[in-house]
Amino acid sequence: MSTEMYKPGSYPNLPPPPGTVGFYGWIRNNLFSSISNTLLTIVSVVLVYYLIDGIIGWFLFDAVFDADSKIECRKINDGACWAVITRRVGQFVYGFYPEAERWRIDISFLTMFIAFAPLLYPDLPKRKWLLWFSGIYPFFAFILINGGFFGLAKIEYSLFGGFMLTVILGVTGIVCSLPIGILLALGRQSKLTVVRTLSVCFIEFMRGVPLITLLFVASSMLNYFMPPGTNFSILVRVIIMFTFFSAAYIAEVIRGGIQAIPKGQYEAADALGMNYWQTTRFITLPQALKISIPGIMNTFIGLYKDTTLVVVIGLLDPLGIGRAALADTKWNGLSTETYLFVALFFFVSCFAMSRYSLWLENKLNTDHK
Amino acid sequence: MKTKILLAAATAGVMFAGSVLASTLDDVRARGKLNCIINTGLAGFAAPDDKGKWTGFDVDFCRAVAAATLGDADKVNYTTATGKTRFTKLAAGEGEILSRNTTWTFSRDVDLSQTFVGVSYYDGQGFMVPKALGVKSAKGLDGASVCIQTGTTTELNLAEFFAGNGMKYNPVPIETNAEAQELYKAGRCDVYTTDASGLYATMSSFDNPADHMVLPEIVSKEPLGPVVRHGDDQWADIVAWTLKAMMAGEELGITSANVKSLAGKDNKNKEINRLLGKDPLQGISKLGLSADWAVNIIGQVGNYEEVFEKNLGMSTPLKIARGMNQLYRDGGLFYIPPIK
Amino acid sequence: MSFLSYIWRNEKSREIIVQIFVLLCIGWFLSWLISNVDANFKALGKDISFEFLFIPAGYDINQYLIDYNNRDSHLRAGIVGLLNTGLVAVFGIILATVLGISLGIIRLSKNWLASKIAYWYIEFTRNVPILLHILLWHGIIINTLPHPRKALNLGDVTFLSNRGFYIPKPLTENGIELVYLFLVIAIIFSVLFFKYAKKKQDLTGIQYPVFWINFSVLILLPLIAFFISGMPISLEIPALKGFNFRGGMHMSPELAALTFALGIYTAAFIAEIVRAGILAVDKGQREAAESIGLKPSKVMKLVILPQARRVIIPPLTSQYLNLTKNSSLAIAIGYMDLVATLGGISLNQTGREMETMVIVMLIYLSVSLSISAFMNWYNNKVKLVGR
Repeated sequence: MSTEMYKPGSYPNLPPPPGTVGFYGWIRNNLFSSISNTLLTIVSVVLVYYLIDGIIGWFLFDAVFDADSKIECRKINDGACWAVITRRVGQFVYGFYPEAERWRIDISFLTMFIAFAPLLYPDLPKRKWLLWFSGIYPFFAFILINGGFFGLAKIEYSLFGGFMLTVILGVTGIVCSLPIGILLALGRQSKLTVVRTLSVCFIEFMRGVPLITLLFVASSMLNYFMPPGTNFSILVRVIIMFTFFSAAYIAEVIRGGIQAIPKGQYEAADALGMNYWQTTRFITLPQALKISIPGIMNTFIGLYKDTTLVVVIGLLDPLGIGRAALADTKWNGLSTETYLFVALFFFVSCFAMSRYSLWLENKLNTDHK
Repeated sequence: MKTKILLAAATAGVMFAGSVLASTLDDVRARGKLNCIINTGLAGFAAPDDKGKWTGFDVDFCRAVAAATLGDADKVNYTTATGKTRFTKLAAGEGEILSRNTTWTFSRDVDLSQTFVGVSYYDGQGFMVPKALGVKSAKGLDGASVCIQTGTTTELNLAEFFAGNGMKYNPVPIETNAEAQELYKAGRCDVYTTDASGLYATMSSFDNPADHMVLPEIVSKEPLGPVVRHGDDQWADIVAWTLKAMMAGEELGITSANVKSLAGKDNKNKEINRLLGKDPLQGISKLGLSADWAVNIIGQVGNYEEVFEKNLGMSTPLKIARGMNQLYRDGGLFYIPPIK
Repeated sequence: MSFLSYIWRNEKSREIIVQIFVLLCIGWFLSWLISNVDANFKALGKDISFEFLFIPAGYDINQYLIDYNNRDSHLRAGIVGLLNTGLVAVFGIILATVLGISLGIIRLSKNWLASKIAYWYIEFTRNVPILLHILLWHGIIINTLPHPRKALNLGDVTFLSNRGFYIPKPLTENGIELVYLFLVIAIIFSVLFFKYAKKKQDLTGIQYPVFWINFSVLILLPLIAFFISGMPISLEIPALKGFNFRGGMHMSPELAALTFALGIYTAAFIAEIVRAGILAVDKGQREAAESIGLKPSKVMKLVILPQARRVIIPPLTSQYLNLTKNSSLAIAIGYMDLVATLGGISLNQTGREMETMVIVMLIYLSVSLSISAFMNWYNNKVKLVGR
């Protein structure tokens, strides 16, 4: 619309029209680009406002962080009563593990990161050495947590509980299920009909029934399948079931990885005269596992969340501790606070893991491009 | 060569069979601890205190058995079970005794292959309502929502009671007493039904027990007692006579305070001498127990009266009267066989 | 010896030997397990028998889709439980699908704020265990909704309380047959019209507004019949009698909590699946469709969605399957599903762990397997033929 005239070839570089760049431009493009978009923005703003207005006050500003009972809480303020958590934070973390021995859990937990670091970050310096530590870590952690060696007091499994139990169940389950899962995945791809059928049956069975029924089996029937007189702890039985369960899922993830390997790889291996085990060891698994890492990570997150089910058969994971706290007459009726706290714990840890998994996925992706 | 292998196999077989046939008592002794299955939490019967130590009527019975078999009442591992998981836990060998207010019924005794060794508490199913509801009798509960623990005899009784009176109800099944308490308090159900003792226990833990009442109707017989696995008579006898020794202690006036002095001297009442091991009791060695078994029980845990009063009696928040749970001579139902 | 080594070196015969060896190992292992069960059962004096299925269950169930009372058998109690599982699965799947697809689309929206809200909603929901969702919703319904006597009253016909939701129940009266008849006619008409319109479009390119015509026919015809026959449907309105509301349709707090929890949790996964599915369609497809002048709604309907569907459906089905399996957590809040009836109370009343758990597991297994069989068939059907 400008009326100004320019000589040919002398048109100046004008700035972009106002409202298409910068802060206003961003707002316009991303929030108010059309009528429907504007409506959506308004609805969202209202939603966020009510959410913050309604929840933050209850959650934080009006909340009570220390009191002797729910009634005391209500006397102080009418927000959330976090006292039920703060008074039992030790139980939420360690279960009923004896207070004097809790340093053993702390050390195992911290060293777990050192043990996992070389597995999770492929370009760590001194990785070879750290891998050795990863190898001995399971024994190290078992001795430390379980006790009974080197003058460490033996701790009964029935005292295990809280977040510590979640981590123990999740990590042991996934570590034990990896080798089984790999074998099952190879079995499912095997040429041998018998092996293939058996693998398929096992995988489909484990994936077809709800985990809770497997846990019922662990708690009530597993002993029937053992020779008369054998009796092993409920914790071990639950870990066995978790292992089988996640092995089936991991097998499917790894099968996906195996199937993604180009056929030429096998043909090349055959051409080199490699036998089945050599091909598997040097060609199939290194590639398949690499592709499957994000999938395995997701299986782990799923398993980690599923550990909460043990509360149904009476183990005291954070949810069980929370329910025990709610059973205390002092804290009756604070279910929202308790469950939200446990939910937040799971959110933070699972979210962190899924971020890591995403990061790894991107990293692995660029390797291939 | 062949014979050698056969011999080895036979030896292995015998050893294996031996390990299978090891008695429950040997298992307990070898472990040095008694595994006892108790309630997940019911005030007065089994509940953890602030330090996580279990106390209560059922817990004390576990302690008594530990005192009889191991000589130390504190050597007990407690495993908790809900109404639903208790029998499977016992059958799976997670404990040697189920001491969790369990009702003695025909099918549980016979069909589930368990052995009920006696009655430690005579109870009956009742109903608890908030006074504000304005209900005075269980017959007025037509259409009510009823909280009920699953896997118990109470749900069968409840179905029979309501059907028998031509009333309808809406069952709200729950797993543990604590959950029931929460739902009842939140008003999810109008009524909570379980054994009357459990109702008093639950009520005692409320902020205002006076706002609630137990309706007068008792709709069932609930003889509660310890349970053991079927098939080990020696162990069943040990548990049965532990219970009887506690009751006999009350009958004979032996308390935790005077048991040591009574055991040390020759009493006029020869039954006291026999119970406390002064005079030999025929067959006690067959039971695998030492002569001072009853001294340990009563000395470390107490006689029946002491245990009852400590956990459930009028001085506790539960304030349960002895009622049927007295010796026959006081008008109750406990009639102890002679200690001979 | 050379014969043996020949057999071992020959690939075919070696495979057979290996397989026989594996079979023997598994057979030995299974027989070991079975003999252990046998020995344990003998020691406990138990046997395996399914006769308990036919004796009266003795307990009541608070929600039944088929007639049930405590004199009915354990088998029937199990079926009631199975139907309850089905009911909550259907409700959950409907909620999860609607919510999940909306969230997936909002997530792709150009609106930054809406997209971010959807993102955080999805992340928070799916990173919290499903059991917590269930308990949280149950707790909220039980603890925040009022007692029936102070129930939230929506227009005197619908009531919300911590005993559940009560809505009016339609009751049919004489003359309803005409409405049914007209409904059937309307359905037949719309199917025929749909086919006709498609044929016409294939032949001539003329398009009818099929959806709107069918929609109005399906609504209008039964409505006309309804008024002609003198309005043969009446509503049974729930009313407070004694302790609870009576009459009307009732949704218990347990069913509501379970539906919300399962629906909302699964929706987060479905949203991601939908998003990934739409993003998986090549950008060029959209550009090509736009360049030949299709309206944006047609681009979505005719080009993007049919291709995205191929990517979306398989994981979507597995989410439905997960939802159904997760519904077994109902036991945590006392909803009487299959695991709570047959695998819970029946198990406990009869002491038959082995038999009840085997039945429960087989039922879940057969549902899962038939759905995955269907999925394999579907995948093969829609698979792009590789060249």
